[in-house]
Amino acid sequence: MTGGVLIPLLQTVVTSATPLLFAALGELVAERSGVLNLGVEGMMLAGAVFGFAVMTATGSDTLALLAAAAAGTTLALLFGVLALTLAASQVATGLALTIFGTGLSTLIGARYTGRTVPPLPRLDVPGLSELPVIGPLLFRYDAMVYLSVASAFAIGWFLRRTRGGMVLRAVGESDVSAHSIGHPVIRIRYLAVLFGGAMAGLGGAYLSLAYTPLWAEQMTAGRGWIALALVVFAAWRPGRALMGAYLFGGITVLQLYLQGSGLVAIPTQILAMVPYIATIVVLTVISSASARSRLSAPACLGKTFRVAT
Amino acid sequence: MAGLIERRTLLTGAAATGAAAAIGIGRARAAAPMKIGFVYVGPVGDLGWSYQHDVARKTLQEKYGDKIATQFVENVAEGPDAERVIRELAKVNAMVFATSFGFMNPTERVAKQFPKVKFEQATGYKTRPNMAEYNARFYEGRAVCGTMAGMLSKAGVAGYVASFPIPEVVMGINAFTLAARKVNPNFKTKVIWANTWFDPGRESDAAKSLIDQGADILAQHTDSPAVMQTAEARGVLAFGQSSDMRRFGPKAQVTSIVDNWAPYYILRTQQALDGTWKTDDVWWGIKEGMVELAPYGPAVTDKVRAAADEVKAGIVSGKIHPFTGPIKDQKGNLKLAAGAVMPDADLLKINWYVEGVQA
Repeated sequence: MTGGVLIPLLQTVVTSATPLLFAALGELVAERSGVLNLGVEGMMLAGAVFGFAVMTATGSDTLALLAAAAAGTTLALLFGVLALTLAASQVATGLALTIFGTGLSTLIGARYTGRTVPPLPRLDVPGLSELPVIGPLLFRYDAMVYLSVASAFAIGWFLRRTRGGMVLRAVGESDVSAHSIGHPVIRIRYLAVLFGGAMAGLGGAYLSLAYTPLWAEQMTAGRGWIALALVVFAAWRPGRALMGAYLFGGITVLQLYLQGSGLVAIPTQILAMVPYIATIVVLTVISSASARSRLSAPACLGKTFRVAT
Repeated sequence: MAGLIERRTLLTGAAATGAAAAIGIGRARAAAPMKIGFVYVGPVGDLGWSYQHDVARKTLQEKYGDKIATQFVENVAEGPDAERVIRELAKVNAMVFATSFGFMNPTERVAKQFPKVKFEQATGYKTRPNMAEYNARFYEGRAVCGTMAGMLSKAGVAGYVASFPIPEVVMGINAFTLAARKVNPNFKTKVIWANTWFDPGRESDAAKSLIDQGADILAQHTDSPAVMQTAEARGVLAFGQSSDMRRFGPKAQVTSIVDNWAPYYILRTQQALDGTWKTDDVWWGIKEGMVELAPYGPAVTDKVRAAADEVKAGIVSGKIHPFTGPIKDQKGNLKLAAGAVMPDADLLKINWYVEGVQA
C-alpha cells in the first residue's frame, strides 16, 4: 500500500513544484541584479495564455513554449522601460504588471475557455524508464521538468563561476560601484529582468500545457506570489530555490494525500496552512544560522538607479 | 482581485410580434423595454457558476425579444465593490438579479434605498418586500450521481474534491454517499478539501491523490474542469459540476449536474411584466428544471441508466427524498429515524457527515 502510493505521490510533487521553480529561478536572477519585479503572477498568466493559444493554433509544443517565454519577456520589457529606463518605482510597476497581465490574459483567453490541448509528451528514456521504482520516479516526466532542474544548476554555476554572473551580482550589490568601474548597470538589469520574464512565462505555460492542459482565467491562482516568497526563502540561491519549490510542492501535495488517507484526524484548515507554516519555520531557522550575513538580500534590491549626468 | 469589470448591453431584436400575443396586449404596447440587470461573481467564461447564469440571461433575452433589455456586470468581488455595482444597476433597471451568496447584504442595503426596483438574490436567506431569494436543490442531482457511482465503481470508493466545509457542500457529499450506499452498502466516499473554489492545479493534485488512494470515480464541488481532465487522463470516471464538462472528459464523464436558472428567470420576468411580482423564497430542484443532468457518458450501461432515471423520476414525483431515514452519522449514531424526511431547515444547516463519508 505505502509503496504503491509513494511513487505517484512523488510524481505529483514534481509536477506541482515545476511551475514554481521556473518562476522563482527567473525572479531570483532579476533580484540578484537588484531589481524587484512583483509582476511574476502577471507574466505567468501571459505565458500560460499565449502558450495555450499557440499550442491550439499550431499543435507544436516547441512553438507554444517559445511563445510563452516571449510573452513573459514582452511584459518584462514593459517593466524594464518603466522601472529601469524611466526610473519608476519598482514595487508600483511590478504590481501594475500583475494587474495588466491578469487583464490581458483574460482578454486573450476569452476565446480559449472550455478548450483543451494534448499535454506535453513524456520523455521516456528507453531502458531507464522501465526500471522499477527509479524509472517512474526519475525518468517519466516531460522535458520541462528536466529543463527546470537543469536551469537551477546552470544558474547556480553562472552566478558563481562566470564573469557575467559576477558582474550581475556586483550590479545587485552596489550599482554605483559597478557603474564607476564601467559596467552598464541598466543594460545588465534589463537582461536579468527579461530572463526573469521568460522563465515566468515558461512557468505559466507549464500550468496550461502540462499540469492541467486547459485555459481558465487566473489559473495561476497565486503561484506567482509563492514564487516571490520562494526567492526569499531560498536566500537568493538557485540550489535552495530548487529545494524550496520541491519542499513547498511536497507539503502541499502531502496534505492532500493525508486527507485522502483518512489516517489523520486534523482539521483540513490546519492541513491547508501547513505549507505556509513550514515556510515560516524554515525561514526562521535559516536566517538565524551563523551564516546569516551570507544569506542577506542583494544590497541594492529594489533601489532605483539613475546614471548621474 | 483585479477588477476587470465589463458592461455589455445586449439587445436582441428577436420575434417580438410572436411573443407579444403571449404576454398580453396592454403590456405589449408599452414602448420602452423593461430593463433587467445581472451581477456575476465570476467571469462569464468560467464554464461554471457565472457561465450558467449568463446562459439563462441569454435565454431570457431571446424569449422576450425587445420587451426587455438585459445587461450584466461580471467579476464583481463579494465586497464593497458589489454594493456600488448593484446600486448603479438599480438606478437604471427595473429588476436586478444578484447571483451569489455574498451579494446578499449589499443587495439588502440597496433594496432599502430603491423600493420600486425588484431585487432577486441567489442562494441567500434575506427577503424584503422588494427582494426575493432563490436557490437550487443541487443535492437532488447529487443523489442521482451517487446512485450511478454506487453501480459503476468497482472499488466501491469514490473520491470527492470539495471546496469549503459549508452546509451546501456537506449536503452534496451526504446526498451522494447516501444514494451510493443504497446500491452498495459498503460504499465509501473519500473527501479532500482543496480549500479553494478555483485553482485548477490544486484541484488536479487532489484528484490525483484520490485516484492513487483507490478511488475509481470522482465527484467535485469546485469550479474548474481540472478534476474531469485528470480523471480522463488517468482512465477513471467522473461527475462534472455546474455545467456539462464532456469536452474535458469525453470518456470519463458519467454525467454532470447542470444549473439551469432559465425557468426561474422567465417566470419572474413574466410576473414583473404582468405586475404580479411578489417577494418569495424558492428552493427549486429537478422537478422545476432548475437542476438538470447532462447527457450520460459512454460508461453508462442500460442498467445504470434505468436506475438513474428511476431515482430522477422518483424525486420529481416526490416518492423519493434523498434525505430519508434511517440516516446514521460517521460514528454510526442514528440521526434520522427510519421513514422520516429531513426538514429543509435542518438540511440548510447540516454540518455532519453520513456513514460512509471519510472526511
